[in-house]
Amino acid sequence: MSNEYTSSEMMTVTAAKALENGMTCFVGIGLPSEAANLARLTHAPDVVLIYESGTLQTKPDVLPLSIGDGELCESALTTVSVPEMFRYWLQGGKIDVGFLGTAQIDRYCNLNTTLIGDYQAPKVRLPGGGGAPEIATCAGEVFITLKHSKRTFVDQVDFITTLGFGRDGKARDGVPNIGRGPTRVITDLCVMKPDPETRELVVVSLHPGVTAEQVQDATGWEIRFAEQLDTTPMPSANELDVLRDLKARTERKHAGEA
Amino acid sequence: MAEFLSLHDAVARYVEDGATVAMEGFTHLIPFAAGHEVIRQRKHDLTLIRMTPDLVYDQLIGAGCAKKLIFSWGGNPGVGSLHRLRDAVEKGWPHKVEIFEHSHAAMACAFEAGAAGLPLAVLRGYVGSELPSVNDQIKYIECPFTGERLAAVPSVRPDVSLVHAQKADRKGNVLVEGIIGVQKEAILAAGKSIVTVEEIVDDLEAGPNACVIPGWAIDAIAVAEKGAYPSYAHGYYPRDNRFYKEWDTIARDRDPFQAWLDENIYNAGGQAQ
Repeated sequence: MSNEYTSSEMMTVTAAKALENGMTCFVGIGLPSEAANLARLTHAPDVVLIYESGTLQTKPDVLPLSIGDGELCESALTTVSVPEMFRYWLQGGKIDVGFLGTAQIDRYCNLNTTLIGDYQAPKVRLPGGGGAPEIATCAGEVFITLKHSKRTFVDQVDFITTLGFGRDGKARDGVPNIGRGPTRVITDLCVMKPDPETRELVVVSLHPGVTAEQVQDATGWEIRFAEQLDTTPMPSANELDVLRDLKARTERKHAGEA
Repeated sequence: MAEFLSLHDAVARYVEDGATVAMEGFTHLIPFAAGHEVIRQRKHDLTLIRMTPDLVYDQLIGAGCAKKLIFSWGGNPGVGSLHRLRDAVEKGWPHKVEIFEHSHAAMACAFEAGAAGLPLAVLRGYVGSELPSVNDQIKYIECPFTGERLAAVPSVRPDVSLVHAQKADRKGNVLVEGIIGVQKEAILAAGKSIVTVEEIVDDLEAGPNACVIPGWAIDAIAVAEKGAYPSYAHGYYPRDNRFYKEWDTIARDRDPFQAWLDENIYNAGGQAQ
């Protein structure tokens, strides 16, 4: 039983493993938050989780539904104002890694959370940038996690809300005081990293049982594969137990609140 | 000096048609009761400022109160879209709303600059983002000392700000606890300010570094019990996550939304919910 898992669980566990113990991590809501808290509850007990609502070094018992749930504040070392959070802690260079999700991503890791279609006449209006534009440029590096599909992995994002490496892969070159940008993208199929020269995303590791064809079929451009293509390690029984407990606790909490 | 008014009278006196209005509270202490009173009094042509429009601005926009929206993240947190905001932007219902879209960092800086009496906020922001190409409020300046190119946005200086807080004392001094967002900045940046509170107390029992807004920096205090519901008030009541999920169904189509407005705002007296 212990080695049976879903592709979503595989994604979360792999994303969690990207975080090292002791890192300071600015956490986006949703999948990044799930992965970051799993890391904290397994191999990285001293990872410092920071949410844009001002909650510094928080240890929520259940996953927050919103970025400002009371749980985040109650379990935080301290809670600061939102201007302080963005100015001192993020812009001031105190964050090792920003952990983001997105609606669309392209080959140069640019993220779109603004809209599908044309800005003046959008087909679908999405929520917008939130904290991401500056998290992606002020944090030391950026991890991105999202489900893999042709709808999300597009040749050109409709709008660059948040910089990866720009439309040509060179947008960070020569910019002072900017982070390294995205260093890995974790999906339910594989792990990708930007090519050190061109910045184009390269698949470096396939999840167990996933084929290169499956990844290509779910990607909106001709994606490159590393010569040395690894297989992502399977989740351990403990990682799965902790993740399932966390999700069950979260569901009970959010369903029970009147 | 803060004057104790009913919420009705505070909104009637300080929120004018066509005004620039900020209702703040970053996912916490969202001033729903105040927002509902603005809808009830059918204020219109408002420029609404809020980092996360949330349900409260979805309601105001759907009710036709807004002409412009300045914001940085317009979703239903943990649930999905703000359907009334989308309907206004995508289909122009009930009428077209002009949007000025920022990042959180820029909005937070703009509130802080407003509180500091400055005309603009400067930040290391928007690098490589296409937001500056669709929002002409985002410009760049060169640091006179280092030459670094930095983003600049106009400070937020609302005609009136409305926030909710846990409590005020009898002199109108206000204590905000928990996630404090940009509430203090919103009050200090505004021409006029209204603070709704859960209760009036004899003693705030605030620690020396607590977020206290002095009564002499506030125009009106109104008691609004559960005034942040369905968001939450730290120490008083939790967020009603179920309502946030239900809102997705209520707001998805125009008719159920209209029915909700009639039942819960227009025909629901002077108190929210």
